[in-house]
Amino acid sequence: MVSLRIEAVTVDFPVYSAGARSLKKRLLHRGTGGRIVHGAANRMRVRALEDVSLAMKRGDRIGLVGSNGAGKTTLLRVLAGAYEPTQGRIERRGRTASLLNVSLGIDSEATGYENIMTRGLLLGLRPDQVRVRVDEIAAFTELGEYLAMPVHTYSAGMRLRLAFAVCTSFDPEILLMDEWLGIGDRAFVEKAKHRLEQFVERAGILVLASQNTSLLQRICSRGVLLDEGRVTCFGSIDEVLRMYRETA
Amino acid sequence: MQRDRIEAPSQATLAVLDLAEGARAHHLWHLLAWQDIRRLYRRSVLGPFWLTVSMGALVGALGSLYGMLFEVESADYVPFLALGFIVWTLISGVITDGCKAFITAEGIIKHVGLPLSIHVYRLLWRHLIILFHNAAVFVVVAAVFAVWPGWTGLLALPGLLLLCLNGIWAGLLLGIVSARFRDVPPIVTSVVRICFFVTPIIWMPELLPARTLVLDANPFFHLVEVVRAPLLGQMPGPASWIAVLVMTAAGWLVTFAFFRRYRRRIAYWV
Repeated sequence: MVSLRIEAVTVDFPVYSAGARSLKKRLLHRGTGGRIVHGAANRMRVRALEDVSLAMKRGDRIGLVGSNGAGKTTLLRVLAGAYEPTQGRIERRGRTASLLNVSLGIDSEATGYENIMTRGLLLGLRPDQVRVRVDEIAAFTELGEYLAMPVHTYSAGMRLRLAFAVCTSFDPEILLMDEWLGIGDRAFVEKAKHRLEQFVERAGILVLASQNTSLLQRICSRGVLLDEGRVTCFGSIDEVLRMYRETA
Repeated sequence: MQRDRIEAPSQATLAVLDLAEGARAHHLWHLLAWQDIRRLYRRSVLGPFWLTVSMGALVGALGSLYGMLFEVESADYVPFLALGFIVWTLISGVITDGCKAFITAEGIIKHVGLPLSIHVYRLLWRHLIILFHNAAVFVVVAAVFAVWPGWTGLLALPGLLLLCLNGIWAGLLLGIVSARFRDVPPIVTSVVRICFFVTPIIWMPELLPARTLVLDANPFFHLVEVVRAPLLGQMPGPASWIAVLVMTAAGWLVTFAFFRRYRRRIAYWV
């Protein structure tokens, strides 16, 4: 049963200034008996998420909104399992694919085909599972002969096509996406939206962070509004977007 | 009392799971390790065989010069030098790159919840691939100087296995510490460079007036010895086996404690 739940999640980032990160400061601190306390114990923390609880079930399409620095990417990373929260718990059931960074695992000297394999394995597939999907992925990207060329010859939009195609091709049950549509051209964005709608029909869980309100309105059913790491609204997408417009 | 709540697995369990699941993802670290190697040699004619060529040139040049300087027979010295270099390349490579194991994998670590040990296996595998390329040099040298280790040579396999086990903990430990303290990589690099000259690789232990602490207290001597000696047809001393076994056990104990404690912080440090 597909589900994604986080309970009272708090994420603190340690911020080490170049000084605190170095061993020298540590040793000097010990050596001078606390005279440079401010410099050495300069352990600032940024609270990126505070006491966030969300429960998502199959068929949920969640739009994540909030101003820059509200914690959207951090929340996606927690949901993807990359960050283990400082406090709280996460429970994820279902094959998860995340598209948070278009250049994940991309070796720009390698060809498009080679990168399809790398990315597929990074998303947790076995080589044979990627191989049977290569043709389908290649067709979706519409990159044609470019796929046999090194990726450094690709534009940002072409890389996005590659990343998106791999990420959505293996039938994920949970799909996490971050601000990705900005660089795609119109034709691709339409195609991508269509694919996301198909995904949603198969009743997976989609979490999409974006500033593009019309996209969110079209694809998402519910919304989460984040403000300084806290959930200020968790409800229908219209309600959340209205609140976002009012506060922003 | 909330009885319906499942207890979260302990940090020790999670650390063991990370190591085991990382090992299971061998397709991934195999691919990434090859990608690392190919990135260095893409568009070159010889590709990774440049590794072999440069090792061969190094052994050839140093072998003839230092053989004369130390006044030792080429037939004894060149095979010794070739093996020493090849094994040292593995050891020093794993240690210096171990510092960057997690730092350079930042993109992957922050994107997907993959086991962190993958990055260490990738690094070890990369250096084993380099080792296999370099091994060709020893085969040529052994043919030229008619070195045949016999059955003793098979002991190099457990030796290499021990080297790998040590490589994993060293990469893991240095990777964690370096992710947190960015001064560690340059320190390690310079220490490793010193160790190269202190360890009998270009000089033979027989050249020392007596067997001294320089040898016995040097962990790198024992690490090199358990692979080099068998391939030269000699039995590594019991001291070397014991030293390497102790290093393996102690290293894993310390590293596991570190990994258990800091595994979940690594994503925030890189």
